[in-house]
Amino acid sequence: MNLFRTALFLAKKDLYSELKTKQILTTQIIFAGLVIVVFSFAFDPANNTTKAVIPGVIWVIIVFAGILGLNRSFISEQRNDTMQGLLVAPMESASIYLGKFLANFTMMLIVELVSIPFLFLLFDFKFLGSLPYFILVVFLGSFGFIAIGTFLAALAANSKSSEMLLPLLLFPITTPILIGVVQATRIILTNMEKLASAIAWIQLVTAYDVIFFVVCFLLIDYVLEV
Amino acid sequence: MIEIKKLSKQADNKFILRGIDLRVNKGETVAVLGPNGAGKSTLLKVLATLIKPTAGHVLMNGLDLRKNHIEIKKVIGYLPHSSLLYDHYSPLENLVFFGNIYGVNNVEQRAVNLVKEVGLSFFLNEPVKNFSRGMIQRIAIARAIIHEPEVLLLDEPHTGLDQGAISILNNVILSMKEKGTTTLMVTHDFKQAAEICDRIIIVKNGKIVDDFRIETRNQGFVSEKYELQVEGVS
Ligand SMILES: Nc1ncnc2c1ncn2[C@@H]1O[C@H](COP(=O)(O)OP(=O)(O)OP(=O)(O)O)[C@@H](O)[C@H]1O
Ligand SMILES: [Mg+2]
Repeated sequence: MNLFRTALFLAKKDLYSELKTKQILTTQIIFAGLVIVVFSFAFDPANNTTKAVIPGVIWVIIVFAGILGLNRSFISEQRNDTMQGLLVAPMESASIYLGKFLANFTMMLIVELVSIPFLFLLFDFKFLGSLPYFILVVFLGSFGFIAIGTFLAALAANSKSSEMLLPLLLFPITTPILIGVVQATRIILTNMEKLASAIAWIQLVTAYDVIFFVVCFLLIDYVLEV
Repeated sequence: MIEIKKLSKQADNKFILRGIDLRVNKGETVAVLGPNGAGKSTLLKVLATLIKPTAGHVLMNGLDLRKNHIEIKKVIGYLPHSSLLYDHYSPLENLVFFGNIYGVNNVEQRAVNLVKEVGLSFFLNEPVKNFSRGMIQRIAIARAIIHEPEVLLLDEPHTGLDQGAISILNNVILSMKEKGTTTLMVTHDFKQAAEICDRIIIVKNGKIVDDFRIETRNQGFVSEKYELQVEGVS
């Protein structure tokens, strides 16, 4: 399919350019590291109740590191008006959305892959829950957050105060996802007996992800036109 | 090839284009002249599908711009004021990326040849951000023609180019004309307009005020006509 082919070229272009400059990924990982270190000082890792903050810390990192990346993703196309270059090229707007989504999502996964093991290590956390479920929840949560975030970043990029506008739009819309994944993460990490309720949260988040991904996909045409 | 009917564009309660009617045949090279702020760049942007017209129709190859925009975008090569290049990327990487999204076959070879053609083979793998204005313009031209477009929309393509690059660009336009490419070129450079174009359009206040052919490569004739129309414009 042509749509996916061009989307892959776009994602590859963004990731390769990130590989050259390392601007966004470095900021994201430094930010994640800072959050983890600060929290590990604030809560004594030896104390058992500390484990309760871990689900929160994971999602704080994902949300804020994610916003750092999302803010750059369309703003970076303004230099030399390269966005115009994409808009005059023979592809659907959905390709641009999908390409940007893939690039942002990949970067988010890299941040998670680095920071979550580091978090567990610093908090001296013994993983007792179900690892596959944990990975599933992190994946679904990041997917929904980045899918909506990429769409809103495209919307906000045309505004002068886009760095402020993006979080402002993002929070109300992604709150249901965040509530769902924080709850599910908490249950999976600390209280495996209630797995059934975690699965209910996962189903809710999955439904939300699918609906919003499709909606963003369909509406991006109106957002990108000048 | 290009048919524009009653095209107008309104922005902020102000008409930038007011009722443009124009027919350009296949293989024609048309220069678009006019004072600053006349609406020349806006006209090209509408043709490149970057902005939607307020009223009117544009047909290209018999296809409607609004309905068949993907098909039309495939045949358009657009060179605006800005370079549309990625700063961290080298000329080769830029051209390969754009070639790929246009679906060009054998894209790497084509990119290398184009960079050679615009005389920058030596800088093939240097990042574009270190380039001078004229060098960037050369690569921007290569980017616009990477997919061998049938319609070329050039917005002041000669700015920043040295004599060598100007003759390279003129040769590119003329050799593409031989293959049947239609060119619309906005310019303030009467000499180049007279040299490579076979038809001149003068735009003023969003309207076409003059439209004539030039057979003799006579620069004086063009400036005479221009002054006649544009004289005393505020
Ligand atoms: N997005 C916009 N919103 C409002 N006005 C605009 C917009 N874009 C262009 N204009 C106005 O439209 C007019 C024509 O602009 P355009 O860029 O087409 O001029 P031009 O003929 O290319 O001039 P130049 O020779 O300086 O390049 C200008 O007066 C400009 O201020
Ligand atoms: Mg202009």
